[in-house]
Amino acid sequence: MTTEKTTEPLWWGLFSAGGVVAAFLVPIHIVLVGFALPLGWISDSGALYRIWWVKLYLFILIVLPLYHWGHRHYFALNHMGLKSMSKLLAVLCYGGAIIGTAVTAWILLKV
Amino acid sequence: MLRELSSVFIALFLVVYLVQIYQLTKGPDAYIAFTQKLSSPGWILFHVVVLLFALYHSVTWFQSSAVVLPVRLGDRLVSRQTVTALHIVAWVIISLAVLILFLALKG
Amino acid sequence: MAEPTITLNVTRYRPGQDQVPTMQAYAVPYKEDWVVLDALNHIKDQMDGTLSYRWSCRMGVCGSCGMMVNGTPKLTCAAFLRDYYPGEIRVEPLVNFPIIRDLVIDMSDFLDKLKSVKPWIIRKEEKPVARGEYLQTPAELEAFHQFTQCINCMLCYAACPVYGLEPKFLGPAAIALGYRYNMDSRDQGKEQRAVIGNHDGIWDCTFVGECSVVCPKDVDPAAAIQRSKVDTTKNWFKSMLMPWGER
Repeated sequence: MTTEKTTEPLWWGLFSAGGVVAAFLVPIHIVLVGFALPLGWISDSGALYRIWWVKLYLFILIVLPLYHWGHRHYFALNHMGLKSMSKLLAVLCYGGAIIGTAVTAWILLKV
Repeated sequence: MLRELSSVFIALFLVVYLVQIYQLTKGPDAYIAFTQKLSSPGWILFHVVVLLFALYHSVTWFQSSAVVLPVRLGDRLVSRQTVTALHIVAWVIISLAVLILFLALKG
Repeated sequence: MAEPTITLNVTRYRPGQDQVPTMQAYAVPYKEDWVVLDALNHIKDQMDGTLSYRWSCRMGVCGSCGMMVNGTPKLTCAAFLRDYYPGEIRVEPLVNFPIIRDLVIDMSDFLDKLKSVKPWIIRKEEKPVARGEYLQTPAELEAFHQFTQCINCMLCYAACPVYGLEPKFLGPAAIALGYRYNMDSRDQGKEQRAVIGNHDGIWDCTFVGECSVVCPKDVDPAAAIQRSKVDTTKNWFKSMLMPWGER
């Protein structure tokens, strides 16, 4: 449905998926990581992070919102007047998300 | 601007979470020490701010979803407020499910 | 007892005469039931015949009288003086468009964009009249009906910050119009409206949503654009993951 070749739907799709994950899942994890554990309401040994499907869940939880941030940031920077640096901004924003994906995968596999 | 900032803070939080998980590769003591560090007033304040932004994102995202995805029940269109409210109900249920799973698996 | 008046500060710009637009103040009679358009007509008829502006139906269906009223894009036939009185009212031409004279803007870019989405029923094969009418259920009509209500008033383009930054952006009304035809069960021309899926089509939009806020006919162009994004993305992933599928 496009006259020009564009990968825009890919980034928008990732942005959307990231938005859904962030909307439904992030708040409860903030409560757990930011308050429940440090303030001692709950205690945990970190053992659950070794379960394979927990790692898969975490990969999705952490990685997809990175693309949500990258896409938003790219458009925000462009619209704030940095349009002339568009290509560099794309590398920084989407590239940042891609690097984040690799780092996350590496850490989760190592745990 | 608020939506833009919310995505930044959510990303920052996920980085903090990732760093916490990374501590496990350095041993169980590193993990506990890091969790202790997060009890400082500075980090608590950070997480309060992050939580507020995350809640803002969730609510506005559910409102946007109601605009983007019209829902039909039979031949009637479900109102946008209802769709948003249903999203919020689903969000509460999902959050509770995550909490229960965490408590069951944490060890 | 003197009749109450209200002050309108109106943009004046005479090409060839003025270097830049300026504001001119007019004290017009204040009447409970007057709209800004009534005030402008009073100015032109009784005070200053040199003021230029577009208007026609004065009842919110022709889309001619769109202007900035105290910084907000509005149909001047729908902006009541009583909502601003006793404060002053600033009347300026729609932003994001080049100014021709006074309150009249150049809408050629807008017209080009409307044309570019091919706003007519496109059939793979035309159905001859002898074969009868197209049939459409109420549900099929409802799928696109609200997007037929656009009166081309351009308030959405004045409200859109992206159009202000990127003049090549296809814009809310044009995309909503294209969506109207794509959603019409009689239409088979979605592939010919590919301009919607280009970089300066839906993808420039960041869902600020101001277009739908200012729309006087509740077209909700923002919804049309976001739904087009979902559609286009679904098709893109389908074509990437299943290239053997039917076009």
